[in-house]
Amino acid sequence: MAQTLFEKIWRQHVVRELDGNAALVAIDRVFLHERTGSVALKSLRDAGRSVLDPARVFCTMDHIVDTLPGRGDDTLMPGGRAFIVETREAALAAGIRLFDVRDPQQGIVHVISPELGIVLPGATVVCPDSHTCTQGAMGALAWGIGSTEAEHALATGTLRVNKPKTMRVRFEGRLAPGVTAKDLTLALISRHGSAGGNGYAVEYAGSAVTALEVEARLTLCNMATEFSAMTGMIAPDQKTFEYLEGRQYAPRDAGWEQAVAHWRTLVTDEGASFDREILIEVDELAPMVTWGTSPQHAVAITATVPTLEASGTAPEGYARALQYMGLEAGASLLGLPVGAAFIGSCTNSRISDLRRAAAVLRGRKVAPGVRAICVPGSMTVKRQAEAEGLDRVFRDAGFEWRESGCSMCFFSGGESFGARERVISSTNRNFESRQGPETRTHIASPETVAASAIAGHIADVRPLLAGSSTGHH
Amino acid sequence: MEKVETVTSVAAPLIRANIDTDAIIPSREMKSVSKTGLADGLFAGWRYTAIGGREPNPGFVLNQPAYSGVRILLGGTNFGCGSSREHAVWALHEYGIRAVIAPTFSPIFYGNCVRNGIVPVRLAAPDIATLAVWVEQDPAGHPLTVDLRAQRVTSGGGHAFSFEIEAEPRDMLLEGLDGIDLTLKQRSAIESFRAADRKARPWIYLEPTP
Repeated sequence: MAQTLFEKIWRQHVVRELDGNAALVAIDRVFLHERTGSVALKSLRDAGRSVLDPARVFCTMDHIVDTLPGRGDDTLMPGGRAFIVETREAALAAGIRLFDVRDPQQGIVHVISPELGIVLPGATVVCPDSHTCTQGAMGALAWGIGSTEAEHALATGTLRVNKPKTMRVRFEGRLAPGVTAKDLTLALISRHGSAGGNGYAVEYAGSAVTALEVEARLTLCNMATEFSAMTGMIAPDQKTFEYLEGRQYAPRDAGWEQAVAHWRTLVTDEGASFDREILIEVDELAPMVTWGTSPQHAVAITATVPTLEASGTAPEGYARALQYMGLEAGASLLGLPVGAAFIGSCTNSRISDLRRAAAVLRGRKVAPGVRAICVPGSMTVKRQAEAEGLDRVFRDAGFEWRESGCSMCFFSGGESFGARERVISSTNRNFESRQGPETRTHIASPETVAASAIAGHIADVRPLLAGSSTGHH
Repeated sequence: MEKVETVTSVAAPLIRANIDTDAIIPSREMKSVSKTGLADGLFAGWRYTAIGGREPNPGFVLNQPAYSGVRILLGGTNFGCGSSREHAVWALHEYGIRAVIAPTFSPIFYGNCVRNGIVPVRLAAPDIATLAVWVEQDPAGHPLTVDLRAQRVTSGGGHAFSFEIEAEPRDMLLEGLDGIDLTLKQRSAIESFRAADRKARPWIYLEPTP
């Protein structure tokens, strides 16, 4: 019988069926970080339990660790040191691989997992972090869980999971210059709502997805959680295999050939049916930007703030979002002054993101009064960027150039943007106070962030692309 | 985990779409590697007048005397979206909440509720609005009851709404089961799965690295 990609991976991992729609599912990789993984390790130890298979468990310091040069265990976040020290102690005691504060491979979990070949096609990957769905871009079944579930996965190598329904989202056509995977995901969520994927595992497919490079696919899958889906995933293909070959934890030699032969079977069969299908034609898509306090509050950058009727939002939420953002219906987004610009996060901090932003910034300056920050997603990305001279481009333009981590994607009591300050950000969440108390976040692609930083207001990157030298990747 | 079968209590309406886990427990309120000491930070950004402060905002529903002793929340669509932090559920539980009624939940938040003795109840938005109107007429005098075994929400005003919940999460809540204990009973099934899987997908098994 014809099966979907999801069904194939699911079936290969069912240890046994449980009551109702649930199954005991084998877990291939567990990733932890110091924000939520620490408590799982500690609680497991307190319960007198151990990690079943430490070689398949990884931990990184990304959420609380500072991203300022010269960082150590002390953090700007009050009490952050305890999270770092306790996570380190628990990881060492459990015998798992820790990407510690000064490790040359340290970085954001969803950046380093693909980068090191830890996530593989067909694998089940969990992490107590909602953006774990990012890793589904490698053809894996990857999803975010709570800390208690993480304990369960650590202790048993399995999880008890209710089987989700399946959805396919097909993006068909060709993306225009300046339109990216970030814009695809914002277009989807704005049209179908922040709960549109609730109850589903989503497969992204179609000609526009096939055309995306691996890193852009990671960006697309990253925001499946903002669609309320269990996960997003993309069938692995030649690009996936080429990306993974030779990576540290990827199989080698005969094992590689055997793995690739298996991975080639991980595609949705012709005639397989999904519980729901969505089609989005991409040829006419423009760069997207958010106007409100949910990722579903997104429009084309050339559009105005929608009316209540056009917003797809309930009246109370609509009024609240506009008041929070200091905007009115009909206001132009282009030209809104920004106080800060942020490039980073598990959504858009990989080398290809930095290259595209740098191509916009080269030979230009950030507008006076705009605080601009770039935080590479991993130390490996940072070194690669420096080898290519991109750090000079960012610095010369007026950007801060940071150590890797989640940084100011969210406010944890340390660094933040200002109250009512407008920030153009390559991150994934524009929730109230996400980047600082009362901070007004507008989410967009890295190139839109770069263009806006230069202009000093929300700006369309496309004229800059047309006018800039071509040939940058 | 403590069992939960029925919850009868004052219900507080907090009917906004997309109430995220940052709003339920701001990151800055997660001050230690611990599952406790979180109730004070619950909804801190809305509940207090200043960031980091503790002066109650009188406009926030949980600060109103009529809702004291609340154990049931009425929420909006996509409740618990955003960060996976289980601290949101630990904070709600520590505060006293035992049931949240919303049209849809973030899947991670839903799973976290089930593992911590909070009943996540999915009802249609109009039904929740109806219940909110009833509750607001006289919060203390108009309690709601969530009956998990019967899968029904009722009021003294004659309202009765059925809800769906899968067998596995329902039984975990009703019996107060620990998932790890349950699963460890399947140890032999897990071991035979792993033995067969290791042959089929040897590359997925890793050797310990120093």
